[in-house]
Order: sequence, then C-alpha cells, then structure tokens
Amino acid sequence: MSNEALLVLDRVCKSFGPVRVIDEVTVQVHAGKVSVLLGENGAGKSTLIKMIAGVHEPDAGRILLDGAEVRIPDTKASEALGIATIHQELNLVPSMTIAENITLGRVPRRFGIINRRAMRRIARDALDQLGLNLDVDTEVGELGLAQQQLVEIAKALSLDARVLILDEPTAALTTSEIAHLFSVVNRLKAQGVGMVFISHHLDEIAEIGDYVNVLRDGKFIATVPADTDENELVRLMVGRDIEAQFPRVAQQPGEHELLSVQNLSVGMLQDVSLAVRPGEVVALAGLMGAGRTELIRAIAGADKYSSGSVSVAGKKLPSFDVAAATRAGIGHVPEDRKTQGLVLDASVAENIGYATMAATSRGGLVDRKGQRARTQEVAARLRIRMGSIDQPIRSLSGGNQQKAVFGRWFTAGAKVLLLDEPTRGVDVGAKVEIYELINEITAAGGCVLMASSELPEVLGMSDRVLVMSQGRIAGELVTADATQDSIMALAVSNVHREEEMGTK
Amino acid sequence: MSSTTTAPKKGFDFKAFLANNGALVGLVILCLALFIATPRFLTGPNLLNIGIQVSTIAVMAFGMTFVIVAAGIDLSVGSVAALSAMGSSYAVTTAGLPDGLSIPIGLAVGALCGWVTGAMSAYGKLPTFIASLAMLTVVRGLTLVISDGRPISTSASVSWLGDDLGPIPMPIIILVLSGLVAAFVLNRTVTGKNAFAVGGNTEAARLSGIPVKRVLVTVFVISGVFAALSGMILAGRLDSAQPTLASGYELDAIAAVVIGGASLSGGVGRISGTLIGALVLAVIRNGLNLLSVSAFWQQVVIGAVIAIAVGFDVLRRKNVKH
Repeated sequence: MSNEALLVLDRVCKSFGPVRVIDEVTVQVHAGKVSVLLGENGAGKSTLIKMIAGVHEPDAGRILLDGAEVRIPDTKASEALGIATIHQELNLVPSMTIAENITLGRVPRRFGIINRRAMRRIARDALDQLGLNLDVDTEVGELGLAQQQLVEIAKALSLDARVLILDEPTAALTTSEIAHLFSVVNRLKAQGVGMVFISHHLDEIAEIGDYVNVLRDGKFIATVPADTDENELVRLMVGRDIEAQFPRVAQQPGEHELLSVQNLSVGMLQDVSLAVRPGEVVALAGLMGAGRTELIRAIAGADKYSSGSVSVAGKKLPSFDVAAATRAGIGHVPEDRKTQGLVLDASVAENIGYATMAATSRGGLVDRKGQRARTQEVAARLRIRMGSIDQPIRSLSGGNQQKAVFGRWFTAGAKVLLLDEPTRGVDVGAKVEIYELINEITAAGGCVLMASSELPEVLGMSDRVLVMSQGRIAGELVTADATQDSIMALAVSNVHREEEMGTK
Repeated sequence: MSSTTTAPKKGFDFKAFLANNGALVGLVILCLALFIATPRFLTGPNLLNIGIQVSTIAVMAFGMTFVIVAAGIDLSVGSVAALSAMGSSYAVTTAGLPDGLSIPIGLAVGALCGWVTGAMSAYGKLPTFIASLAMLTVVRGLTLVISDGRPISTSASVSWLGDDLGPIPMPIIILVLSGLVAAFVLNRTVTGKNAFAVGGNTEAARLSGIPVKRVLVTVFVISGVFAALSGMILAGRLDSAQPTLASGYELDAIAAVVIGGASLSGGVGRISGTLIGALVLAVIRNGLNLLSVSAFWQQVVIGAVIAIAVGFDVLRRKNVKH
C-alpha cells in the first residue's frame, strides 16, 4: 500500500509552544481514493491539513510526494506540488466572473492585454472536467455557496491539482447539493485525483470515503475501512464508548413556571406565549426564518419587544435589558459563538468570567482571585480541554469554545438557559458533553429552552417541542410522541395555509 | 520523544520575548545607536529633557489607550488639553476663583468634554471617529472664544505642574503616577476589563450583560481627564495657557498607543506599551535634534517609524495566530 501512495505524511510532529498538537501522525493519500480524516475538534485535523497546505511546517517527520521527500514551506510550494485545499471559507472574489476567478493570478495575456477568449476556454475546460454546466461569465457572487465551492474545486483542477483537500465541504450544503458534490468527487476519483475529506457527519463517510484515518488528541489512532460501523468510528474518535448520542435524563417537572412568556410580539414574532417549568427541556423547532432566534433573543433581553412580557419565577423582566435578565437567572448561549458569544482575543478565564465580573467586584475592582477560582472550577467541571486557562480562547476548538460559553452561565448560576443551536459546529464527543450539561441544569432544578435545526437533537434531548412557523407557535408536541414528520408537518403548516389563500 | 513536548527549545523564550516586545527592543536599539552616535545623548540633562518631552504625549496617550482598547478613537484630546488648560487658568486668573480649584476645574472640563464625545457615540450612534472629530473643532473653538485668541497666564497651581520637585521635574513625577493609575484602572477594575470586552467583541459583551454604552462613555471620560492633565502640564511648563496649545498632539498620542502594540480594531493594548511608544517618538525627536537633523526631515522619519513599527506588529500577529 505504501509504495503506491501519492502523498504520505510520515510520522510528522508539530508543537505550538509547549503543546504538542500533532504527535507522530502518519497519513497516506492514494490516487483515486478518498481518505477521510476523522477526529474531534482539537484532535489535530486542521493542523495536519495546514502542513499539507504549507501553512505550518512539521517539526519532525517527513512529507513524501510520489515517494520523494518534499518540503512545503508555504502555500505557493503546496500549489506547485499539485496540492489544493478547499477551505470552508472560500477564496473567491465575489465581484469577478467564474472565468476571472479560475484564472486569477495567471490571467492569459496577449501583448500585455487580457486574452478573454483563452481565459474563458481555461475556465470552460475546468468546469467540463467536473461536469458542471455553468456560464463562465457569471459573477461568482450570484452563485449559491454549493456552486461557489465547485468553482473553487474547478480552479484547483485547472492548476493541475493531484491532491485535493476538502475541509468540511458539506457543512453548509443541503442534501441535494451534497449529492451533487459527491458525484463530482466520484468523477475526480475516476480521474485519479487523491482526496482528503473532512466531515463531522458520520453517515457521509461510508458514502464517499474509501478509508478513514482516525486522530485523537494529536495522535494517530487507526486506519479503518470507510464502511466501518458508526459506533465503532465514534469509539475510536473519542477513545471511549458513547452509550447514547442523546443522553437525556428526564426530570419530574416542578409545579410553578420558571420561565413564562406572555403574548410577545415584535417584528415577525406574533403573540408568542410559552412556559417552561423547572426540570424541563423545551425545544423550539421550525424552518429557517421561523423566528426561533428572534424569540430567544427577545427573551434574553438582547432585542426590544413591543408588546407582551417575559417573567422568570413570576417576576416580570424589563424589555431589552440583558443585565436584568442575567440577574434574574437567564443565561443565553447565542447562535454564533464567534461573533456573539466570545471575545476571541481574551483568555478562556476572561470569557468564562464576563457574566460574574461586575457582580463579584468590590469598589469597582475585579475580584481577581475569586474570578480565577470560579472560572477554573467551571472549566474543570465542564472538561474544557486547554493548555491553560490564560490562553486565548481563539486557540481552542469549536466544541471547547462552546463549552466556555456554557461555562459563563454555569459560573453565573443561571437557572434558565436559552440555547440557540447549542451544538452547531461541535463534534460528537463534545456534543454529548454539552447534552450532559443540559441534564445537569435540569437536574438542579433549572430549565432549558433550546432552538435547534437538528431534528434528531430536538427529538433526543427535549421533553416537549414547540414548533414555530412564520413567527407564531404553530403547535406543541410531547417529545415522546413526536416524530420528525409530525414536527415538519407543523413547521410548514402556516406556509401551506397562506399559499392556499394566495392562490384562491 | 515526550521530553520535547514539555521542554521548549532553548532560545525559544527569547524569541517569543522579542516578538512580544518589539517596541521595547526597538527603543533599546534606538538608545544604543544614539549613545554611539553622540556623546550628548546619555547625559543627565538630556534624559530629563526627554522625560519632560515625553510626559505630555504619554499622559495623553494613557487616556487614549482606554478608548482604543474599546475599539474607539479620540481625535479631540489635543483640543481638550487646550480647553482644560485654559479653563483651569481662566477660573483663577480672570474669574478670581481660589487657586486650589484650578486643577480640579481643569480635570472636570476634560471629563465633561469626554462625556459629551462618549455620549454622542454611545447614545447618538455617531462613529467615535466622527464624534471626536466634531469635538476637536468645537472644543478648539471654545478655547479661542474664552481666551479671545490670546494666551493667558497660568494659575499658581498649574505653573507648579511645570516646575521641579527637588531635582526631578514635576511632569516626570506626574507621568509615573498617572501611568501607574492608568495601568491599575485598565487591568484591575471592572471598567478596564469591560473596555477590553467591548473592544474585543461588542455583541458578545452586550449579550454577557456588560453595559456597553456606559463603558463607551466611561473610556471617553477617562481619555478627557488624562488629556486635561496633559494640557495643564504643558501650560505649566510654558507658564501660559495658549489657545493653540497641544494642537495636533492627538496624532502623536494615537501613534504612541499603536506603536505600543494596541490594535485599532480594539480589545488589545497595554499602558506599558503606550509608554514605550511615547518614548520611541520622544527619543527619535531628541536624537534627531542632537544630530542636527532639520525639523522638516524629522517629520519624514517619524512617519516612517510609525509605519515600520505597526508593520512589524502586523507580521508578529500573523505568526502568533494559527
């Protein structure tokens, strides 16, 4: 197997300061095969990819291309060796056409003037290779994300890429778009391109992969065939058995409503009322744009509402006042941790401590010792994996960053957790840990209101489901009796009704 | 192999130190170069001279650090320094108030100006650049109105700020004290820490319950107070409050903060860095004077230094983040 490998990372190591993030990892990429890189966030996948892409050089170990040792000191070198990386954030210029993007930086010229015909031909050839029927004069900004991604792959191929690295290419795609992407991947396989594929969706692995390299904590664990059982993959990835993907421990709900929302209206939200009792997890399901995030934010005090009220334990909260909501025991884990949840330049300790910093201060001075003790205790309890509590939170993996946002509200002793897509971009192991935190809150007599687009999560972790549709609560289901179909039926109910009314 | 995971290579720490303290290293190199180039650099009188030179810019820049850490900018500090100096002296020498009130009035004028700028941007939603640009003109205008365009003589206590205390000039003493206070407030108080959070990510700070608007107003008030102090030192040294005092100083103050490693996009900054930044500017000016370089060329050199210093910092950040 090893003598025919296209690209081999041979016992590579990489440390950042004292932290060894990659420890003697060996990975092979074969022509015409898809090698899946599997591991939790923080297992070292990104660092490994960056070694191939020329962003980081390994401290030790060798990189072999066609059996010959190569050095990849920068991204230019990587490109010259025929290696292309498709990142989640695409490197395209939206205001330029497909043809201009594909030939960016190597525009064909005649007498110093751009040769548009040659440019279109190069682009056309690249798209043909992928079987794409797009007009090369279309501006890239007009394309959907999935098509932009394919354009980027076409660009890589027109640079004669033989090794293609796909970093979570399916994360933002719909089911049909994923199917299209996979057909393109299969086409490339037939053309002998070697691919590295990263995904958090285990079900995609068997479909598209040939073999799986599992990493854990920067170490190489195993290479297994792609049709390996999902539970076995999870076990290899997290290093222990995960008994249940959704470990919900239901509680007997308390008598009195802990969170109560009465006739809330603002923007698209119309007359929303709901109540959550101690010990309960209530899920907010619905289509994109149904108003889940708007509702969560209004309750949290992040946005103004025009009418209605929000009460915690019977006490009415002022509108648009996060500090008051926080004092009343509300904790808000927003939709996007990077832009709304975290101060990325600040340390783990500071990020966990923001909600308690003012309340524990004396005479305006930060209680440094106390804050440190509290944040350290919570970080340990939530098993946030980090080198030190003083390291910038930017350097943690997504799952650990998300746990830190939870940690902020654990530190503050929040009783009402408002979660907005709590496990987005979080890997399996950390997901389960976050679910355990939800259990912990409800076991302690708190309650959780969780907006989620992932129906398995809604069905697996909630006690009741409120289904939203066009700013209203379209219906309520007891989770035990709910199915994906019954939730979806409610989620589209208003949509249908209005469509019918429109046609009449 | 495991030994390599725990023990970083020797010299690594030194490299990290250099990378994290680029401005300090630059300052040391600069001083060494001047020491070699001219015997007049490392003399007591010259060093005291640098200390006095640096004090006005540094004190102003300490306040500016708060605003920049909170992702704002304060262009009004030069004008605020002038109005405060003018107000503190006017109250005593023209309006006849007791001399003891002179400095408090100056500081209050600075705080009030800062409050107006902060309120305009926090509650009026003006970008800090615009709000403080408006104040730069308004406040300078008020200074000219009060003084009728003429210098007025300073009050006794403002003059005292420019005198010597024993062998040490007062400006240097104020520089040290205000630096300590600024560092303490920035790093130990809730206000200071909130400024970092607001500058680092305003939305995350707001959703954590941090009163973002109040923080914004507070950092401008702090900036105004430090600008006032700086203005009174300057007037004290000249023994007169001039209507054009400290004109253009806001740019030096911003340069000092940025050379000191703060990020104009907010969330990053140190008082010690700002002091070093101010020292770099002062030492270069002093050195060029000692070497009899024309004042015109000095401007060229200073501009280049700002570009180089910040350029290095950008490179450093790029290498640190992965």
